Amino acid sequence: MSLLEVKRVSRFFGGITAVKDVSFDITKGEILGLIGPNGAGKTTVFNVVNGFYPPSRGEVFFKGEQISGLKPHQICQRGLARTFQVVKPLQRMSVLDNVVASAFLRARDRKEADAIAAEVLNFTSLDEDRNVISKGLPLGKRKRLEIARALATRPDLLLLDESFAGLNPSELDESIQIIRNIKKKGITIMIIEHHMKVIMSISDRIVVLNYGEKIAEGSPLEIGRNPLVVEAYLGEAQSA
Amino acid sequence: MKKHITYIVLGLLALVPLLGLSSYMMHILILVIMWSVIGMAWNLLSGYCGQVSFGHAAFFGVGAYTAGMLYSKLGISGWWGFPASVVVVAVFALGIGYICLRLRGPYFALATLAMGVIFRIVAENLVGVTGGDLGIMLRERTWIDKTWYFYIILLVAAVTYYLVRKIIESKLGYYFVAIREDQDAAESLGINTTKYKTIALILSAVITGFAGVFYTNYMGYIDPKVVFALHDISIITIMVVMVGGVATYWGPVVGAIIMVLLAEIIRSIPKLGTAHHTLFGVLLIVIIIFLPNGIVGDFSKLKRLFGMRSPAP
Ligand SMILES: Nc1ncnc2c1ncn2[C@@H]1O[C@H](COP(=O)(O)OP(=O)(O)OP(=O)(O)O)[C@@H](O)[C@H]1O
Ligand SMILES: [Mg+2]
Repeated sequence: MSLLEVKRVSRFFGGITAVKDVSFDITKGEILGLIGPNGAGKTTVFNVVNGFYPPSRGEVFFKGEQISGLKPHQICQRGLARTFQVVKPLQRMSVLDNVVASAFLRARDRKEADAIAAEVLNFTSLDEDRNVISKGLPLGKRKRLEIARALATRPDLLLLDESFAGLNPSELDESIQIIRNIKKKGITIMIIEHHMKVIMSISDRIVVLNYGEKIAEGSPLEIGRNPLVVEAYLGEAQSA
Repeated sequence: MKKHITYIVLGLLALVPLLGLSSYMMHILILVIMWSVIGMAWNLLSGYCGQVSFGHAAFFGVGAYTAGMLYSKLGISGWWGFPASVVVVAVFALGIGYICLRLRGPYFALATLAMGVIFRIVAENLVGVTGGDLGIMLRERTWIDKTWYFYIILLVAAVTYYLVRKIIESKLGYYFVAIREDQDAAESLGINTTKYKTIALILSAVITGFAGVFYTNYMGYIDPKVVFALHDISIITIMVVMVGGVATYWGPVVGAIIMVLLAEIIRSIPKLGTAHHTLFGVLLIVIIIFLPNGIVGDFSKLKRLFGMRSPAP
């Protein structure tokens, strides 16, 4: 069954068409990769799905219910959490307090929120940094804090926007392991990633955007062989 | 020790009237406690929740006028202003919130500043309702002696302090701070930012209104220029908290002590007149530069400055 259905969504910003007539589904339990060159509209898709921008056209359904038009907090309450490409830690709060703040969405009291936070910090190996003020955290850990915070809201679907960008190789391995473990928990994942090796190895399916349009969809193997995709990326490499 | 400091301070304060202080000293103490209350209230909305208000005089004034008008229009005791102001101030706060809370950062601050001014002008001109510039005078005061006024405002302050602590350590407090730190992140973490900002505003407004109710009963006279004042209420409120320490429990108290004493000292200097605004401005600049977290927030820095170096860890 489809957990998320994006139906013919377009999003315009003034004269710019950031997303154009994009449709795709996410099946419960899978990891869906969303790739495309810079400015292809990937983050905009997240912003529409998570409710930051209403779609200019089209609709989004989550668990069969239309969510386009709802506010982000309402969508989060329904079990859809996200991370930000440009990390947004609650800067002057400790790592622990960041996670406690989001754990309160499901917790009835402080004790329960603390318990959820402790579990999530352990899961994302941020235990040791629990008392660090998040402003002072290195980028790799701030990216992981984004994931931890999203997990603390107990989502069914998790949107990860470039959680691997800027990580060193050991951090990269650690984060990939975390993503795999999230999947094992039964949480469905949609992930935006530029790192081709990562996306090819962890995705069950991949959607490719270029200039706001979906140009391909399929298994990693199919995507790797798709001439349109190769061209979109080669084109970017040549113009760079 | 640290845990009990609140009770110790409260206990000591409760004994103060037994000292037989002069009426003037009691007056200063009462003002300090009243400003602590206003500071703690402002801190909830602006310090913790990050919605910086330049218009708290609106809530102070509405509270003051609720008490005043219960007396002047209905002929009942101004003390009924305490329960009545909860409703009246909350309704006004909802209206202000509806208009201002959709704005962010400096736009919110400017909108609240405008609100404060609008409230003053309306109060000055609705002569039939408020009595206009003539103000409201309570002809008979409840007590001549200051003792009971002292205990009443002390009770308000103690309850406020307790409430703020409870709130900040609970879900509400976490949500307030999350909104201050990043509204978009908060929203995407499932926090209904509009709802919680409104809660912060109403709590802050009602407590500030309490201070206004007290003011009317204590001073026995109010007029729009005094209780809706931009400089002497809204700006001083901000200074109390900034000097003492934004988003700290004791900051508003420390700030209130300093600001009230400073105002009294400055007032005693002859021929200074309204130049005290300039002095306050200079003080604020100095604080922002050297103690951006206020005296309580930067206490360790102050200790170092005065050579009270704590042993290196
Ligand atoms: N709020 C906005 N206002 C105006 N234009 C926007 C806005 N958000 C996105 N855009 C534009 O929409 C297009 C798609 O941007 P988007 O951030 O979705 O790309 P992306 O695929 O995430 O790129 P990247 O890989 O660099 O993160 C860009 O041209 C961008 O400038
Ligand atoms: Mg992006």
